[in-house]
Amino acid sequence: MAKHHVTAKVNGDHVEFLCETHQTLLDVLRDELGLTGTKEGCGTGDCGACSVTIDGRLTCSCLVLGVEAEGKAIQTIEGMAAGTELHPLQRKFLEHAALQCGICTPGILIAARSLLERNPDPTEEEVRYWLAGNLCRCTGYHKIIDAVLDAAREMRKD
Amino acid sequence: MSATIKSEEKKLKVVGTRPIRPDGVPKVTGLARYGADYSLPGMLWGRILRSPHAHARIRSIDTSKAQALPGVKAVMTSADLPEQKFEYVGPERVAVNFWHMTRNIMAREKVLYEGHAVAAVAAVSKRIAEEALRLIEVDYEVLPHVIDVEEAMQPDAPLLFEDMIPRGIEPAPSKPSNISKRVEFKMGDVEAGFAAADEIVEMNFRTAPVHQGYIEPQACLARFDSDGQAELWATSQGHFQIRALTARLLGMDVGNLRVYPAEIGGGFGGKNVPYVEPVALVLSRKAGHPVKIVLSREEVFKACGPAPGSSMTVKIGVRKDGKIVAADGLFKYQAGAVPGSPVMNGCMCAFAPYDIPNVRSVGYDVVCNRPKTAAYRAPGSPISAYAAESVMDMAAAKLGMDPLQFRLKNIARPGTPTVWGPKHAHEGFAETIQALMKHPGYSAPLGKNQGRGVASGYWFNNGGESSAAVHVNEDGTVLLATGSADLSGTRASLALMAAETLGIDYDKVRPIVADTASIGFTGLAAGSRTTFGTGIAVVEACKKVIGDLRARAAMIWDVKAEDVIWEDGHARPAGENKGRFEPLSLKAIAAKRAVTGGPITAEVSVNAGGVAPGFATEMCDVEVDPETGQVKVLRFVAAQDVGRAIHPSYVEGQIQGGAAQGVGWALNEEYIYDQSGRLENPGFLDYRVPVASDLPRIDAVLVEVPNPNHPFGAKGVGEANLVPAIAAVANAVSNAIGRRMNDLPMSPPKILKAMNGER
Repeated sequence: MAKHHVTAKVNGDHVEFLCETHQTLLDVLRDELGLTGTKEGCGTGDCGACSVTIDGRLTCSCLVLGVEAEGKAIQTIEGMAAGTELHPLQRKFLEHAALQCGICTPGILIAARSLLERNPDPTEEEVRYWLAGNLCRCTGYHKIIDAVLDAAREMRKD
Repeated sequence: MSATIKSEEKKLKVVGTRPIRPDGVPKVTGLARYGADYSLPGMLWGRILRSPHAHARIRSIDTSKAQALPGVKAVMTSADLPEQKFEYVGPERVAVNFWHMTRNIMAREKVLYEGHAVAAVAAVSKRIAEEALRLIEVDYEVLPHVIDVEEAMQPDAPLLFEDMIPRGIEPAPSKPSNISKRVEFKMGDVEAGFAAADEIVEMNFRTAPVHQGYIEPQACLARFDSDGQAELWATSQGHFQIRALTARLLGMDVGNLRVYPAEIGGGFGGKNVPYVEPVALVLSRKAGHPVKIVLSREEVFKACGPAPGSSMTVKIGVRKDGKIVAADGLFKYQAGAVPGSPVMNGCMCAFAPYDIPNVRSVGYDVVCNRPKTAAYRAPGSPISAYAAESVMDMAAAKLGMDPLQFRLKNIARPGTPTVWGPKHAHEGFAETIQALMKHPGYSAPLGKNQGRGVASGYWFNNGGESSAAVHVNEDGTVLLATGSADLSGTRASLALMAAETLGIDYDKVRPIVADTASIGFTGLAAGSRTTFGTGIAVVEACKKVIGDLRARAAMIWDVKAEDVIWEDGHARPAGENKGRFEPLSLKAIAAKRAVTGGPITAEVSVNAGGVAPGFATEMCDVEVDPETGQVKVLRFVAAQDVGRAIHPSYVEGQIQGGAAQGVGWALNEEYIYDQSGRLENPGFLDYRVPVASDLPRIDAVLVEVPNPNHPFGAKGVGEANLVPAIAAVANAVSNAIGRRMNDLPMSPPKILKAMNGER
């Protein structure tokens, strides 16, 4: 079975990869590009652990084929910090202890950044509904919501 | 905001603060490596073939076509695992039987549930491995199956094990049964107790099996070399336990297996035992290449233990003055396809919070054609607490008493006997009730269709075997290694205790989770034991290092070691030499290590006793939509006696997480089977765990009644919070609709039925 040659941008960098037709973008990120920060929790788009953005749009990478990345700009958790400087959301998640096991954290950070890009001043309810596609089994979400609201506050001041 | 109630103030500098966790940055940048994130050169992908039937005899398995597929490097079946002796080993509460365990890893004579592993392959790609599974031919003789616990107990039920005679029944029954075991705990005279009661309340309850719901599926990477030595990268709650069980299942020497702890993406009890590790190792042994196995979510639901479902009857007798005089509980737990549900825990914990003179708890461990159950956060206790605390609520209502006052009037105190023998020895329960009574939420007004529920719960907590090593580096920084898997921030709490003991800054301590070849044996990160038991090992190792540091300071000063004390991270001259020398910091002594005796290091292993149990009391407010039966959780307040919060943020997180799991257990979560015994909802779309928009803020109230047997008073905080949560929600819903909800989950159709059916 011939593989497809795909050209895309991942975290701002030009990448090329070969993938089989059935491989998801999640498979490609993890197995072909070595970007294992994007996690697989379900493979069916129900848990949000594999959240990435494609051309700025929040997406479960397990629901997209690798070949569909052709010509697209993909952002993953590995590209969230600016070099050595953590994104305010990353910093606030640490300060608020908004993670326990941390497996859902990359997906939630990507989803939360996507929310704040659209709505820099969300209400608690808006954060809860936006993140309803990202499962966390450890925290009860309480500290995650606090961290997102606090990051939003800080980012608005900048 | 969280309130903290301190019953004792002790001057602590580091313990009780909220620093950033040491393993935090890699977890927010995606660089932390979990079970599925490891790879090795030449690595193969392993996949497991699973039974499509709930119950069937395996007539034959033909793997020849799969074996012949290009790219397939190994195929295995149960024939590749040694047979195990049929015997129950270990303490009764957690006894295991390797005869059953090896059959659960890979089916032998029969498949016992849909999803039961029957064969596995390793191939050069995931796709080829998948294709190879389709080429394996299994000839099944499909058998009648049984899913429900009450049906499984019927005399004519299909038998999972044709020769299983129930244990714990005298005289032993002559006929085999799906009842694996009966247990009974008894104290006082239950009949006389009820005869003396003014009111008796009794109710039947049903609960559905629920899954731990960790977001990371089971995963591992295995390498088995031709000289018999092997390595595993595993996501588990205890890499020493994985080593022990996997080595036994493969018939290999423990010393030949080294297990590296991957970061673990949630466990809640579900990752205490191996599922994929023995399979990956056998495939690697056969293929001569490393093998990685990552389960799908569907496989996790179908084959990696949920918590049991149950059928229960609870009865209590009370006097008019509010004193409980008798309690009787019948608890039937589904073990799944392998004996060993936590029904003993359920029996022991159900009435444990209370001082009741006459108690009986009878439990049945029942097998049925479902996946083997696994531990889930205070295993067994939340289930029986749901029944017991519902009946408590009914009794309080019948007496016209406030439900918290009613509980407070009946609490167990130090000296109160337990139904399993020993007397209670620790305070802390009353304080959790009083914390809720004082909480503004408890007196907040309720609106239309709203209800409030409270409940309390008990959990043993645990101590046990732990090892810790402290290495003082030449620049005065400290490496802290332990053998405890870190599920939730325990590296932070252990580093805090080390820093406090040594008298140095938290950020000078670098805590790691060491692999099985690099630290002494350490038991599971389970039973709420890490901060307690491993914490004791950490403090003891630090004390040993302090002894060494004092001796070195004495050498430098040329004084006796007993004339040197350790204070605030410094050696200071004492006794007749007091004030004669400038204090020496840990850093200053570390710099002279080579001329004062070489490396400064200590490793301590303990078998920690002195465990104090966990008590929690929780309240929940709900609103029920009378049109749809939908429940909205409006408020949740959880007060737990934590002994002392070492890192309060992560303690709050434990309580909030436990409460959220209780909400899911009460309202949404269940395993749903079709007529043929196949699971209908093996995914997060139809098995619905609470999402952010389902929950309110969860107010964690930290009650601190220190455990005198721990250097900082810690009691263990991971589990007690889930115990009362289900009952608190159920009591709230029942109070909102004026009907007792005795069947979980309280899904909208059931609530509507309750509201309409009895109207």
